[in-house]
Amino acid sequence: MIISQKKPFEEIVEDLEGDTRIAIIGCGECATVTHTGGEPEVAEMKEKLEAIGKEVVYTDVVHTGCHELDVKRVLRQNKQLVEQADAFLVLSCGAGTQAVRAATDKHVVPGCDPLFLGNIQRSMDFIEKCSHCGACVIDDYGAICPVTRCPKGLLNGPCGGTNHGKCEVDPEMDCAWVLIHEQLKKEGREDKRNLLHAPKDWNVIRRPGALVERGPEKQKMGSEQ
Amino acid sequence: MGTYRDACKAGDFVISGEIGPPKGTNVETMLHHIEMLKDKVAGLNVTDNQSAVMRMGSLAVSGEIVRRGGDPIFQTTCRDRNRLGLQSDLLSAAFLGITNVLCLTGDHPVVGDHKQAKGVFDFDSVHLIQCCKKMNAGTDWEGNELEGKTDFFVGAVVTPEADPIEPQMYKFARKVEAGADFFQTQAVYDMDNFQRFMEEAREMTAGTDVKIMAGLVVLTGLGMAKYMNRAVPGIFVPDALLEEMAGVEKEQQLQKGMEIAARHIRFLKENKVCDGVHVMAIGKEDIVPDILAMAGVAGA
Repeated sequence: MIISQKKPFEEIVEDLEGDTRIAIIGCGECATVTHTGGEPEVAEMKEKLEAIGKEVVYTDVVHTGCHELDVKRVLRQNKQLVEQADAFLVLSCGAGTQAVRAATDKHVVPGCDPLFLGNIQRSMDFIEKCSHCGACVIDDYGAICPVTRCPKGLLNGPCGGTNHGKCEVDPEMDCAWVLIHEQLKKEGREDKRNLLHAPKDWNVIRRPGALVERGPEKQKMGSEQ
Repeated sequence: MGTYRDACKAGDFVISGEIGPPKGTNVETMLHHIEMLKDKVAGLNVTDNQSAVMRMGSLAVSGEIVRRGGDPIFQTTCRDRNRLGLQSDLLSAAFLGITNVLCLTGDHPVVGDHKQAKGVFDFDSVHLIQCCKKMNAGTDWEGNELEGKTDFFVGAVVTPEADPIEPQMYKFARKVEAGADFFQTQAVYDMDNFQRFMEEAREMTAGTDVKIMAGLVVLTGLGMAKYMNRAVPGIFVPDALLEEMAGVEKEQQLQKGMEIAARHIRFLKENKVCDGVHVMAIGKEDIVPDILAMAGVAGA
């Protein structure tokens, strides 16, 4: 799940300066779950924009905001309405906002700040456990990712900032390395703690990542060429 | 006096001090500290943007210590440079005549004065140790041959009071495995705890020539001691020392802190607990010669 946060309304107003007629696009997946771009948030944004004198010409919560074909189809089907818009305000992560970008040449404004790929611990309680580094190594770490859950991404053990099991960066946060050691002990795989790990290859995925899979012979990974 | 490495190899009780480069171009105080200490200690650590606070670089200051006839211990963290930058600076260090390198992870930018900075951490401290060893053997990290190899005496750090200690000891083992020649510990105050740590560390380094120096940060007052206890990860000031500090007037507390440091140096040396000490006075380097004299190791 992509975790996002609502941008401050003032920032959105600033970005929409000079745009009178607005189309608001939400997302039926992640932004709905995070309460940043679902039906209620889109309706709330419509009200707020109208209250400051904007004309909202179109609203929609597309099924999957980052599905570019879906977004294009939706905008095409509602051409009459969306063509009136001066700007699109997108309530989703940056992927969703750029899916709208790919579907129109009008002014596209992000309404949310994308934060991280998050696990849902309970309603509205999200935590980042994976950072898409391109080569998963967590079997050696009791399935607890040091690349993500240690703020320094250390691969060979804790730094000197471990403080009574907590992290120097945030005293509320468990030190990932304490969790890893405890987990490996529970599994009876303490021997994993003796491994010396090489630094990561940060170019396994060259940014921006791209993957095209149309069959066993046609696989492409890495940046767009 | 000889070099830090020579003192370590000779099996002396090795003493090092520390220089904190200035935040700015005014080097007057720093140069005074260098001149005052360079002949009284075997090596002088130079901190690298300590506590993630931007300062003059440890490379340039280490080079200046070489020029002035001292032996610097070039502290290098993984926070600010990727593997290209680190290796390039290591070659530059060799060019400047620097031979001791202390490999550190580095504090996270959020604890420093540029909280929005991107922390690099491309290498960790273990990789940095390995890298120095590779360069000593004549290649860069990737195995490309160097035109002229380095000759570094490679150091690392360990936190004896880390809680929990187990993950810390595994990391220590990785650093030994990576080839660290010497260790300087995070500040220690509880000599019993430190002796227990050393027993384990000696066991883990048996059969190697790894030297372990106790880190000593001079207590400058009761408030500072309490602060260290409360706020600095991996530091534990036992109640007995807090009471000792509290037992004297505020104006006498610095003197008391110096006495404690001197007492610890003497204890560690006489009982052969470790191979030396690294004395940190954090900006109050003027007091270090007195502490060494009180400990009976002046000009060691």
